[in-house]
Amino acid sequence: MITPQSSPPAAAPHAPRGDLLTLDGIGVRLGGRQVLCDVSFSLAKGEFTGIIGPNGAGKTTLLRVILGLIEPSGGRVLVDGTPLHNKNKSAIGYVPQKLVIDPDMPLRARDVVSLGLDGHKLGFAFPSRQRRELVLEALAGVGALAYADARVGELSGGEQQRVLIAHALISRPKLLLLDEPLANLDLRSEQEIVAVLGKLAREHEISVLLSAHDMNPLLGVMDKVVYVANGHAAAGPADEVVTSEGLTELYGHTVDVVRLHGRVLVVAGE
Amino acid sequence: MFSGLMLNTWIAASLVAVIAGITGYFAVLRGSTFAAHAIPNGAFAGAAGASLLGINVIWGLAVFAVGGALGIGALGDRKARHDVVTALTLVVMLGLGALFVSVSSQYAEETYALLFGEVFGVSRGELLPIGGLGIAAAVAIGVAFRPLMLTSALPEVAAARGVSTRRVELYFLIVMALATSMTVPVVGALLMFSLMIGPAAAARSVTARPGVAMALSVAIALATVWLSIALSYQTNWPLGFFVGVIGAGFYLVGLAARRVAAPRAAAG
Repeated sequence: MITPQSSPPAAAPHAPRGDLLTLDGIGVRLGGRQVLCDVSFSLAKGEFTGIIGPNGAGKTTLLRVILGLIEPSGGRVLVDGTPLHNKNKSAIGYVPQKLVIDPDMPLRARDVVSLGLDGHKLGFAFPSRQRRELVLEALAGVGALAYADARVGELSGGEQQRVLIAHALISRPKLLLLDEPLANLDLRSEQEIVAVLGKLAREHEISVLLSAHDMNPLLGVMDKVVYVANGHAAAGPADEVVTSEGLTELYGHTVDVVRLHGRVLVVAGE
Repeated sequence: MFSGLMLNTWIAASLVAVIAGITGYFAVLRGSTFAAHAIPNGAFAGAAGASLLGINVIWGLAVFAVGGALGIGALGDRKARHDVVTALTLVVMLGLGALFVSVSSQYAEETYALLFGEVFGVSRGELLPIGGLGIAAAVAIGVAFRPLMLTSALPEVAAARGVSTRRVELYFLIVMALATSMTVPVVGALLMFSLMIGPAAAARSVTARPGVAMALSVAIALATVWLSIALSYQTNWPLGFFVGVIGAGFYLVGLAARRVAAPRAAAG
């Protein structure tokens, strides 16, 4: 996943100590098309960062590069100061957009969380008191204890999202990656999930990186924005990145950023 | 009903039920029921080819079952294409089967037996390989239990953790193919399919606990074959009729049981 030829070691590694995740000059080509170009940003311990951008801008691609599922055509990803490999993979917890399972699947919320502990290993997971307590603790941490025994396919979108977060957290990652966790949620679930994630970052010092097409629900908790558009990305505090000038440059055409009652509206110009 | 020759029938059918209950559980869970249909039925064509060549039908079954599994697993990487690839694999194998049967001289009897089985004519010598296979299939599924679960429920997470969904799927299809190649001569291709789907589908609607559902799938498969053999023995009606109808019956009972219990009893 690392392509050293595109980034000579002398110039590249400006990963300051304490940065949990560093993306340095990441470029991605998919099917002969340049999807992302020279994306660089870093994420400190306990920092809450939103990858914001329109649909199809490459937010999911960026997450998949960090997970090691897509090989970048250039640049490098450092996790805790070292390139991604099997050992530091466990530092990353991943929450996919949604469960794609049959509602009839015989799997309870607690079983999904239990799979987060060692689901990639061979054999059975033999029940033990310790496992049981870890699972219940993880479910309690995201406020999902009430439906621990419910069939996961029958839970609502917001409830499934909590279970998936518990699944990702049980292996104690330092970094939590979430792909559009707020998509298709009602307003209340959206606020609750944002609160849960904000608490993880503040109180447990877990770095949170999530993608979203609307930044407004995140304004209260987000430390930094990585705004992705037109194959490029700009990173920094929301006030500095999301401006008419900044986004106009990023999109390559006129964009107006309007701040209204504490909300940010991004409007395409003429 | 429990005399010498019939004893072999009971034992063989019970072993097949255990194999079907275990492999069928994951076939239903993973949404691979169409592959579970295609592999035994395509394997029947291999048996026709083997009898044409004058070699043991087991070899023809094994080659076609595993070949079919490889075809489905290797070409069908995306969910959207999976059904089409499975169908095409089945169509090719059935086409070859039609050719083999038309060229071959001994048609009706043997073909009928491969499709519907010869449960009432199992010899003692056939029990050992089926028993060995039953243990092998159970071990193969047990060894991969967690990856099978993880890739069924969270394929993207599995990939991020270094578990290849595609490799796990291929592994599972090959286990299913090997299970099939030994069981088809006993219960037939159509029965194997019925036994894999009905009990597993019933079990998963009754309980949400993954381990319990698997055990229940085996138990219902056993109940289905035992009831079917007894009824078939008494009435002289074909075994396949009873297995199919009782399997589906269990599913409907399971569904009704779940409807009666609150749909989300545990929540709240």
